[in-house]
Amino acid sequence: MIESYIPIFLILAVAVVFGVVSANMSWLLGPQRPNRAKNSTYESGMEPVRTAHDRFSVKYYMVAVLFILFDIEVVFMYPWAVQYRNLGLYGFVEMVVFIGILLVGFVYVIKKGALQWD
Amino acid sequence: MSYTDAFFYFFAALTVGSALVVTFSRSVIYAAFALLFTFLGVAGLYVLLQADFLAVAQIMVYVGGILILLLFGVMLTTRVTNAEITTGTVQGLPATVVVGILLGTLILLVSRATWNVQESLPDVTGTTTEIGERLLTTFLLPFEIAGILLLVAIMGAAMIARSTDKTKEAA
Repeated sequence: MIESYIPIFLILAVAVVFGVVSANMSWLLGPQRPNRAKNSTYESGMEPVRTAHDRFSVKYYMVAVLFILFDIEVVFMYPWAVQYRNLGLYGFVEMVVFIGILLVGFVYVIKKGALQWD
Repeated sequence: MSYTDAFFYFFAALTVGSALVVTFSRSVIYAAFALLFTFLGVAGLYVLLQADFLAVAQIMVYVGGILILLLFGVMLTTRVTNAEITTGTVQGLPATVVVGILLGTLILLVSRATWNVQESLPDVTGTTTEIGERLLTTFLLPFEIAGILLLVAIMGAAMIARSTDKTKEAA
């Protein structure tokens, strides 16, 4: 049982090592002749204005809150999906009811205009 | 020491180490990022306890959701550059006494408790299938009620977003 997690752990390890190595490799191998223009923030050729450490719009928070709620919905769907074949039509109908309840909330959010980006 | 033990110590060290960073970091944003590794370490410990569904839920909800919300919260409310917490040390003596008593009590509890230790873990082949089975048969009503709870939360979030829009219009 634990053995089946070793591939996941390997992927995790490879991802971390690859990230750390490639981030440091360019620093290690590349020539370093910095100047003012090179050190400035890359902004697709535009002159960067203001600070990058700015406050975010509260609208992002709404999206994040909704994301978590639908994230939890997916967590509920996961064990159902694993058992789908055994539960059959009965399980399918129950999950439709569950998603239907949450769909009401989704329609409500759209109707309220909470996702409108003005 | 088996390799399971090695994994345990790795994840335990990850959890405790990053939790210490969360506690002692003076920057809120660094603390929030360190919390990522704490959650990840706890998920690893869940896997070692053969609670695979709990581990998946931990990663999906805490690492994927709650932490994003936390980071957004930090970025929304404070100027990230100014988000240094500078807490002075006040009330040193009373704090030492209170924390000392608390620590003593905890150590006493830990040393006196009878730990239900087993030589080896029972051989469980994944909890997810069983949870799926029970969730849609025995615990169907709580499952659907959880759906309604989520619905209420979605509506509440929409209401809050709506009210901020109104204040914007009024201003």
